[in-house]
Amino acid sequence: MSGLQVYVEGIGLWSPQLADFAALKAWLAGEPVTAPPARPPAAVLPPNERRRAPESVLLAVEAAGQAVAMSGQEARELPCVFSSAFGDQHISDYMCATLASAPVELSPTRFHNSVHNAPAGYWTIATGCHATSSAITAGHASFGAGLLEAATLAATEQRPVLLVCSDIAGHGPLGEMTGTRQAFGIALVLAPTATARSIACLELDLVPHAIDALRPAPATGAWYEGNPIAASAWPLMQNLATGEGDCTLAAAETLALRVAVETPA
Amino acid sequence: MSVPIHPLAVSAYTATSALGQGLESHLAALSSGRGGLRENDFSSAPLACWIGRVDGVEEAELPAAHAAWECRNNRLAWLGLRQNRFLEHALDARQRYGAARVALVLGTSTASIGASEEAYRHLDEHGQMPAELRRPLIHAPHSLAGFVAEALGLEGPCLTVSTACSSSAKVFANAERLIRLGLADAAIVGGVDTLCDSVLFGFNALELVSPEPCRPFDQARHGISIGEAAGFALLERVDAAPDAPRLLGYGESSDAHHMSTPHPEGLGAELALRDALVRAGLSAEQVDYINLHGTASLKNDEVEAALVARAFPASTRASSTKGFTGHTLGAAGILEAAFALLAIREGLVPGNLGCTHPDAACGPQLALQSEQRTVNVALSNSFGFGGNNACLAFGRAPA
Repeated sequence: MSGLQVYVEGIGLWSPQLADFAALKAWLAGEPVTAPPARPPAAVLPPNERRRAPESVLLAVEAAGQAVAMSGQEARELPCVFSSAFGDQHISDYMCATLASAPVELSPTRFHNSVHNAPAGYWTIATGCHATSSAITAGHASFGAGLLEAATLAATEQRPVLLVCSDIAGHGPLGEMTGTRQAFGIALVLAPTATARSIACLELDLVPHAIDALRPAPATGAWYEGNPIAASAWPLMQNLATGEGDCTLAAAETLALRVAVETPA
Repeated sequence: MSVPIHPLAVSAYTATSALGQGLESHLAALSSGRGGLRENDFSSAPLACWIGRVDGVEEAELPAAHAAWECRNNRLAWLGLRQNRFLEHALDARQRYGAARVALVLGTSTASIGASEEAYRHLDEHGQMPAELRRPLIHAPHSLAGFVAEALGLEGPCLTVSTACSSSAKVFANAERLIRLGLADAAIVGGVDTLCDSVLFGFNALELVSPEPCRPFDQARHGISIGEAAGFALLERVDAAPDAPRLLGYGESSDAHHMSTPHPEGLGAELALRDALVRAGLSAEQVDYINLHGTASLKNDEVEAALVARAFPASTRASSTKGFTGHTLGAAGILEAAFALLAIREGLVPGNLGCTHPDAACGPQLALQSEQRTVNVALSNSFGFGGNNACLAFGRAPA
């Protein structure tokens, strides 16, 4: 199969347990880690937007801001891909509940914040980014499909791209269907060529008809299993933390994405 | 910054909307000026507005093998896939290239949220969804592409794009990139959005819904009429279908202005347009027809009319077809791509139904009535919430 190569220039990460990529590395090394504040800081947003923005936006913007800061790139120059398995489940729960009881009382602000591209919208507005922005989903493969889409964009446009994959915890009857028990977001700045900013090189290869390789491992109860992005990104996160290793992600139902991590010399 | 692309063949396409099932009913409606809007008979509580509802969705039961995906949005997808022999074309592509070499990229904004709304109207005494709707697959925004991938037996890259009203325009760009890099040999693109309370009461709350059938670009326009649609297209390299019409280019941009209001000078819309022309290797003078976003909202139409008036010569014809179909939201990109392709195939510039007294910002390009003329190059504009813009360029195969 045809392969793709991209270079990681920045990594952002947020969960209720881990405030950033450095915290992940420390946690994996068995060192003590302080849990972040309950609300993602999302410092890229202007204060009034930060107050109004829904949880899904704060989470995505926090991870994105960290990755872009690490990369040293200008946020306004980066095409961006925002991927999420379920979007803002809090707003979906509110909307479905309100529509069932008092539909004409639906909040206009919550409605426009309910679009899947709300994080992309808030991000591009806050950073003054006029480049292409996208909001995608691929169910439980939302991380792998997002990585493939962002790498494809970086390779064809020959410019660095911001990838943000995030899901908040589920709420209400919908939350029971999604089984998302906690928030998690990860962001990567991916460049098409090696530069002085490169942290890691990702070799990507599609492996079709890979249903066996994609069968999930038995549950262990670990925190990352309670979020669709964290669960699928977990093998790659570990490899990024150590700077090497191969792993297989789901890019679609039966399509695997093999990712080999190497640290540039 | 963008560079010209190699055109792709659009070797098959289809559309289903309030105008009917398949391309022929759309062509007949456009030619005769017959719109498809009706008084709202859909929402779970009364709401005085007009809608573009597709007849026959409720009866389009999914095959038993795919029953886990049952919901109104997937019924519309299934209905749409069976028009213009699109299902056969898709399966033929899978046969020729292999299941893992055909990508699937679909746009939707509603996905199957209508099924989640229904479940919340019928929660049991424990506050849980009723048994028949306790199916996680349909309570996720990927349910449309998940169903279509299974129904077509596709195993290649599979993605849902959900950027509000530009969703099913952007899918053409995703597909072109996958094919250019050799990650797929062909792609099925498209989109499906269905009427649901979320969009009817949501746009109502934003005071964007018109109490009368929408009137794009008219001075007396009062907002949008919401519609639903399904559409699909098969994209391949041109050597596989040299006589088919072509995707010449696409443009994508962000307004970076406001979540639900377009940039006042149309900055993002113009960036998407310029990007599409560069990738297509075209100048504005070569564009024969533009299918406009033209939602009939006060702001969109004013901004878009000014953009067309300043960027194109009078010989370029332009119209919004939302007076015929309503604003089909996440499906508008693919539906209006089909109108652009029909304009090329039939030499038909659709009239701008609902407009009698154009907004002062409109230039001479606006076609109020349908016109018969040769269309070699047609654009389609799609702009969404969050300032998400896309412009597609289609052309006739060279003689």
